[in-house]
Amino acid sequence: MSDAPDWHEDSPERFFMITGGRAGHVEHAALGLVTLILSKAAPKPGMSLEQASVLRLCRSPLSVAEITAHLKLPFSVVTVLLMDLLSEGNVEARSPAPIPKSAMPDRDILRRVIGALQSL
Amino acid sequence: MHSKVSDPVGGGQLAGTADDPIGEDALPDTARLGVKLVVAGAFGVGKTTMVRSVSEIRPLVTEETMTQASLGVDSTAGVETKTTTTVAMDFGRITVDEEMILYLFGTPGQERFWFLWNGLFEGALGAVVLVDTRRLEESFGILEKLEESGTPFIVAINTFPDSVSYSTDEVRQALDLPPGVPIVECDARRRDSSRDALLTLMHHLQKLADASELP
Repeated sequence: MSDAPDWHEDSPERFFMITGGRAGHVEHAALGLVTLILSKAAPKPGMSLEQASVLRLCRSPLSVAEITAHLKLPFSVVTVLLMDLLSEGNVEARSPAPIPKSAMPDRDILRRVIGALQSL
Repeated sequence: MHSKVSDPVGGGQLAGTADDPIGEDALPDTARLGVKLVVAGAFGVGKTTMVRSVSEIRPLVTEETMTQASLGVDSTAGVETKTTTTVAMDFGRITVDEEMILYLFGTPGQERFWFLWNGLFEGALGAVVLVDTRRLEESFGILEKLEESGTPFIVAINTFPDSVSYSTDEVRQALDLPPGVPIVECDARRRDSSRDALLTLMHHLQKLADASELP
């Protein structure tokens, strides 16, 4: 029984195990690719490997996109992991809600990005 | 019952490798606002090259997977069909200041998969559309999609060694670009040239912001 099944790296079965079968379409709406995540706790016994990995990765702020890249997991799977960690207070999500599609970007943001590009 | 991926902590399978997974790429603790730009364009047009030439980290890959597990269930009782589609995007990062981090995403080459990335354009400041003058027609779908989504964009002509040189006006005409959309030439392999294309986009966004404030 201790033999691990023959998981394919990106098999639906593997993702099902990680997420407990929840798709999480509604609840992760607030998490975007560039939402920055910061750990608020150390990995604890009983956590899944993936949850523990997120906590290690996010000892300094890290975007959801970078977390997906380092864990080699799809975005939707990572958002489910993060929602659990968020609801238990183990991580903090540091971005305001995404800018609405129609709204013009904030001038202050544009000015700061231009400054950074000019000094590249 | 046990699977490799859900063993509890203490199984030790990741021990040692995960102590300092980010290393010198760590962001300052004060980082709190992630913003994004999109580098769009047809397959092989140089999106990843552009991302790489300005990014402060080695470009990473983010993926989204869509599993269509229920296809055919209604019509074919008892037959389970699963199709897994994976769409990958390269991205890079530029630290703007101690609070703000800019991410650059290269769109997946096949725009028919963009529906998987509804979040891609949402919240993006804007997009640079890279085009190759040898196959301009491959950009039509992308331009259409951007206009549909209301994402502000500029067009950058990636200059390839063997590409015929067209004037920006000729390319504008061929792409049927509205007069307000800036079009520039660039060499995506060069940091300064890619940076200038991104700056053209940012100045375009400033203009749009100015215009939207007029009474």
